[in-house]
Amino acid sequence: MAKTLAEKVWDEHVVRSADGEPDLLYIDLHLIHEVTSPQAFDGLRMAGRTLRRPDLTLATEDHNVPTDLLQGPIKDPISKTQIETLRKNCAEFGVRLYPMGDASQGIVHVIGPQLGITQPGMTIVCGDSHTSTHGAFGALAFGIGTSEVEHVMATQTLSLPRPKTMAVTVEGDLPVGTTAKDLVLALIAQVGTGGGQGYVVEYRGDAITKLSMEGRMTVCNMSIEWGARAGMIAPDQTTYDYLRGRDHAPAGADWDAAVAAWDALRTDADATFDKEVVLDASTITPFVTWGTNPAQGVALSDVVPDPQALPAGNIRDAAERALVYMGLTAGTPMRDIAVDTVFLGSCTNGRMEDLRAAAAILEGRKVAEGVRMLVVPGSMLVKLQAEKEGLDKVFSDAGAEWRSAGCSMCLGMNPDTLTPGERSASTSNRNFEGRQGRGGRTHLVSPQVAAATAIVGRFAAPSDLQEL
Amino acid sequence: MEPFVTHTGTAVPLRRSDVDTDQIIPSDWLKRVERTGFGKGLFAEWREDPTFVLNRPERQGATVLLAGENFGTGSSREHAVWALTDFGFKAVISSRFADIFRGNSLKGGLLPVQLPAEVVTALMDLTDADPTAEITVDLDAREVRAGAITAPFDLDDFTRWRLMEGLDDIGLTLRHEESVASFEKSRPSWKPATAVS
Repeated sequence: MAKTLAEKVWDEHVVRSADGEPDLLYIDLHLIHEVTSPQAFDGLRMAGRTLRRPDLTLATEDHNVPTDLLQGPIKDPISKTQIETLRKNCAEFGVRLYPMGDASQGIVHVIGPQLGITQPGMTIVCGDSHTSTHGAFGALAFGIGTSEVEHVMATQTLSLPRPKTMAVTVEGDLPVGTTAKDLVLALIAQVGTGGGQGYVVEYRGDAITKLSMEGRMTVCNMSIEWGARAGMIAPDQTTYDYLRGRDHAPAGADWDAAVAAWDALRTDADATFDKEVVLDASTITPFVTWGTNPAQGVALSDVVPDPQALPAGNIRDAAERALVYMGLTAGTPMRDIAVDTVFLGSCTNGRMEDLRAAAAILEGRKVAEGVRMLVVPGSMLVKLQAEKEGLDKVFSDAGAEWRSAGCSMCLGMNPDTLTPGERSASTSNRNFEGRQGRGGRTHLVSPQVAAATAIVGRFAAPSDLQEL
Repeated sequence: MEPFVTHTGTAVPLRRSDVDTDQIIPSDWLKRVERTGFGKGLFAEWREDPTFVLNRPERQGATVLLAGENFGTGSSREHAVWALTDFGFKAVISSRFADIFRGNSLKGGLLPVQLPAEVVTALMDLTDADPTAEITVDLDAREVRAGAITAPFDLDDFTRWRLMEGLDDIGLTLRHEESVASFEKSRPSWKPATAVS
């Protein structure tokens, strides 16, 4: 029977299936971090259960680590307890941990691919909704809650109903100056926050296959922002070139065997999806959100929408509330909106390609007076590589703060937060009320728009900047 | 887990769509390593406004949350469910739930009930007109009843059975330990491991 990519990966991991019951799905890799794991470890202890496969479990510290000092003590005692709890738990249950200060530490979704432990055809879970990032490699990867974290720890499986499948086909070429981030923000604005609910999505088409692995990760990362369970892209030569030679990638004869298996991970020509969406990449331009959910976005060249022009009901009500929270007036050109802070980082846009793109724009220029810019690499390896390339100096010379690796201002669990009313251009994934700090006003953008915005002090694209 | 068969209680109408988990429990609260005590953080920002619906005297003691479309969107934090249950909620009714939130609720003793948007609105209107009106969520009959409203809802047989029996999911899976062990023998040897030293 013809199958989609998602169905192939699913079927290869079914341990047990029975009529009227969810499938029991085997999990190839369980990623854990300090925030969603302590209660799961406690659950194991209380029930006297063991962690079945510590060798398929990997931990890092990312969500609440400070990024303004490399190895100093954490000042917040509650954050400190949480980090220490993770260390204790990993030692007790034999889980490999990359702690703060370690060269492999970083945001959980940045280090997996970087280590080469994220591979095509795998099932990967983590107590974090942006686990969908790993789908860029043709893995079935999704976020889970703490009860499921405990379930995977105890059994290395999850009990799940078979998901529906959706194809998002992006035809054509992205115009110059337009990125994977703009693509996914434009998609979410079109399909809405709940458009993907219940589906595993496969991104396909020319515009997708032409993306680098890093761009593909940005797209898959944001799958959850339109409600999709997971996002996937079929593995191809770009995937193999990225993986080959990495620490955990297969080598020698194993590599050949793996590639042979991965080559089969493509949706069959006659397979059908439960739903299909088509997007024309050539119409996409730099994008920016104006509201408090990721679907509330417009082209940078556009204006803040008038809620009265939106369909009555939920969408209009949400827009009215969002404009009040964001302190915006309908009809204001996006390019006229001034920002206080620019955040470059996160599991969405905290990788080398993102930093290089922003640095190329900032080189020889200055961050606008009164604007604070934070550059937070997604991992320690990204940090070290960027420093090797001199990007840290480019950022510092421009007046931006060069930080250590972590989730940082994406969710404001560490000291990097917005103050009430402060407005940010952020390369992260969520513009929810208070997401980056109480009362903070977040606009989601690409790294290129973030850099140009930092220079101008208002929302801007690189093309708005004068030639040096 | 405590079995859930049927529940009757008063309700809180939260007329907002896309209520994300950052609103349900802000990230400040996620630093805690315990599973209890999250009720205080429930809708922490919104509750600072004394007119917010959860603060109104007539809503005290309510156990059923009526929410707009796409409830629980965003982060995977199960803390959102712990906050709702710790506050006293037994069921949430919405026309659509985010997948991860719905899954977390079904593990955590909070029943997510999906009903058509017009029925959710009718329930909100009912409790707005009379805050003492009780809503019954009957899992056995897969039915919500309140005033003149009777609305059936979908939930698969297996999950319904598990909730009504109050069964531990991990315990159920461990009954199939042999299948897991036999599956593990068939995994290709080139699949990566984290190699614990």
